[in-house]
Amino acid sequence: MNTLTCILFILLLAGIAPQLQKLFGNKTGWVLAIGPILCFAWFLKLLPTISSGTAIEQSIDWFPQLGVALSFYVDGLSLLMALLISGIGSFILIYANGYLQGHPLQGKFYSYLMLFTASMLGIVTADNLIALFVFWELTSISSYLLIGFYHESGESRRKALQALLVTGFGGVALMAGFILLGLASESWSISELLNSDFSASNHTLYPAILTLILLGAFTKSAQWPFHFWLPNAMAAPAPVSAFLHSATMVKAGVFLLARLNPVLSDTLAWTLALTSFGLVTMLVGSINGLLQTDLKKILAYTTLSVLGILVMLLGLGTDLALKSCMVFLVGHALYKATLFMCAGSVDHETGVRDVTIVSGLRFAMPFTALAAGLAAFSKAGFPPFFGFLGKEYVYKTGMYLEDYSHIILGIAIVTNILLMALALKAGIHPFWGKENAKALPKNPHEAPLSMYIGPIILALTGLLFGLFPGSIVTPLISPAVHAVAGHPVEFTLAIWHGFNLPLLFSALTLIGGLVLYALRHRIWKITSTLSLNKWTFDNLYMGLFNGFVSVSKWQTQILQSGSLRRYLLIIFSTSGFLLAYKLSLFDGLPRQLDLFEARLLDWATVLFILGGICMIVKTHSRMTALLSLGLVGFGIAMVFILYGAPDLAITQILVETLIVVLFMLVIYRLPAFRDLSSNKTKFFDGIFAGTVGAIITLLVIKAQNLEIAPTVSGQFGEWSYTLAKGKNVVNVILVDFRALDTLGEITVLAIAGVGVFTLIRGQFTKKRKTK
Amino acid sequence: MNTLIAIVIGALAAGGVYCLLRRSLMKLIIGIALLSQSVNLIVFSAGGLKPASPPIIESDQQILQGNYADPLPQALVLTAIVIGFGLIAFSLALIHQTYRATGHDDIQSLKNTDT
Repeated sequence: MNTLTCILFILLLAGIAPQLQKLFGNKTGWVLAIGPILCFAWFLKLLPTISSGTAIEQSIDWFPQLGVALSFYVDGLSLLMALLISGIGSFILIYANGYLQGHPLQGKFYSYLMLFTASMLGIVTADNLIALFVFWELTSISSYLLIGFYHESGESRRKALQALLVTGFGGVALMAGFILLGLASESWSISELLNSDFSASNHTLYPAILTLILLGAFTKSAQWPFHFWLPNAMAAPAPVSAFLHSATMVKAGVFLLARLNPVLSDTLAWTLALTSFGLVTMLVGSINGLLQTDLKKILAYTTLSVLGILVMLLGLGTDLALKSCMVFLVGHALYKATLFMCAGSVDHETGVRDVTIVSGLRFAMPFTALAAGLAAFSKAGFPPFFGFLGKEYVYKTGMYLEDYSHIILGIAIVTNILLMALALKAGIHPFWGKENAKALPKNPHEAPLSMYIGPIILALTGLLFGLFPGSIVTPLISPAVHAVAGHPVEFTLAIWHGFNLPLLFSALTLIGGLVLYALRHRIWKITSTLSLNKWTFDNLYMGLFNGFVSVSKWQTQILQSGSLRRYLLIIFSTSGFLLAYKLSLFDGLPRQLDLFEARLLDWATVLFILGGICMIVKTHSRMTALLSLGLVGFGIAMVFILYGAPDLAITQILVETLIVVLFMLVIYRLPAFRDLSSNKTKFFDGIFAGTVGAIITLLVIKAQNLEIAPTVSGQFGEWSYTLAKGKNVVNVILVDFRALDTLGEITVLAIAGVGVFTLIRGQFTKKRKTK
Repeated sequence: MNTLIAIVIGALAAGGVYCLLRRSLMKLIIGIALLSQSVNLIVFSAGGLKPASPPIIESDQQILQGNYADPLPQALVLTAIVIGFGLIAFSLALIHQTYRATGHDDIQSLKNTDT
């Protein structure tokens, strides 16, 4: 077993999920969960090896010429993320089993979900920058499919597209950043980057690299001002939201920043960018969250806030900050997945997710209430839950900062107070508030086992982690912190640090949060009167989006008007102009035109053709036009005869005759010529066509005096009999020297024949039908 | 004769372009026919025109010698004539069906992709 097998195994399950759905029916989610569970077990088995400081590497050549390999590198950070993804992923699958029970596309849903899981595992374990980018894009695409799963709804499709465009935009930037990074470091391997003493900060490309990679990470991790897609991604079914918000997708950006921390950090730009965007996102997320009443929206905004905290911690970059970042990340993954699943269950069993309506479900849904309560306590940061530890460490980080300690600490406390109030609002209020069963569209009842087993286990894990941080969590997190920091960081987590300042801040947070929670009904009253939908980034995005659409419509209408006439005018005037320009650069006009050297027969033929052309252009009769076309063709056959090309003449006469016959067949089914164009148009067209003709005449006259390269015709004359045993050189060229051309020609004719046949056959079958 | 042929080629092209710009489906095809004749003659005359015998090796000879027309443009034009025929045959069937389906032979009134 290795990393690639893990990913391929899950991809295989993704491929056959719809078939398994047919086989196992409403137990498929349980069966499929075996995949991530096995991966989880395998990754867990690696823990001792990786704790001891070795990384698991694996590499398969992909484009060896370009240094691109499908290579994997599992160190502490990858392992932690992979455990979260596969662990939470298996519960999500089980949850989806209940949540989407009976949905006609449930099998497909499993496919998307497994594809997404596999791509996430790929991101966190990939060693090669290009491979990482490929997995990165795969998550964008599979998340598009997941968010837009309810594709009958236009709003759902819009939001899915928005997530795809925003993260796809970041993805393109990321690719450019990776390429620059690869050029700067002359290596595509992340492990080489990490283990060499290369630091991008001295390189001239550093500003570009940093900007582009941050664009990628910030869009994926929904940092302000790209945050708007994340709350919109709520259009997805609950299991998707739970997965996207806890261990995957949005964590991919944070992961990337953590992964590249040893390579890119240590500069003022890094610190400034990450802390400032992180701080803004923290505040924007938590304040917006306060204004929401939709259960899932509240949770979505708290995710934003947490992502801000994580990015800010990475920006601060002290050992303590990195440690807090990892602790917070794990804590958040555990409680956020639980809360989202519980919110989904509430929605599923009651039909609403508005917290002003949903309330007091503790008796109807005891297990869900238990899980949600545990998770909410962890999120709110009550001791001894794991969330308490995360918050404690954030405060500690803030306190020991050298600069701006007060500002960051202040913002962190405000954010945490808001987060706590929101945690209670989303996890406690729906279950422990006043009973309100009558207002619900459905009679509430407990969700099936599949929908509460995951939340309960995850919530209990949060409690367990909080109770035994030293013995359980430290071995898990310290290799990750080591990987992020780039050097070993010794520590043991403990929940009790004695009476100190962080504890005081925690107490302050608890009181603040409880007060806010107690005031929740008043806040809802106020927010319901506010109209907040005018100046949002979502609207800005829509404006940009619609702008793009109308610009492309406008330019398409100019370039592709659908009018044949306009196309022809554009094509002929462009090519005519280019030809005329090039011709004016050459002088090659013969001093004397050889008009009078021509023989009488030549003159006769030429006048014959010119007369035919005039007739075609002038006539109003279809018959005359057709016969004149035939005359022109025969005239040209005459030219072939005069200048030693009997084969051509024969073919020309044959073809001309056939064309006239074919025209005859069609002509009486079409109406007679009408005078459709005005005289003005005709005049203009005459001038235009005349100019094109004149340019071509000039081209031919000048071309005749040019000898650019020696001709190969002499060679054909020599070889025709000696090599190909044929005396008619033209024929030998056609069927021997250039036989492939002729084969192509025959194929084209055959296709044209089939086309004609299909067109005409349609006519007959129609006739038969009408009979 | 070279200049005369050049004029003929230009006239064919001009006539072709003029017919292409008409609104009748029928004239569209005639325009295509004229334009391909014009191009055929360009290729044919590219080697320079002079009165000459067909490029056929005498029965007692092994190689082509003497005043012969250039065989290469001829071979190319031969292919082009036949392909041009295929194109016109197909276009004719197409406009025929178009007219049957839409009831229009005026290109300007063919504005929808559905009938």
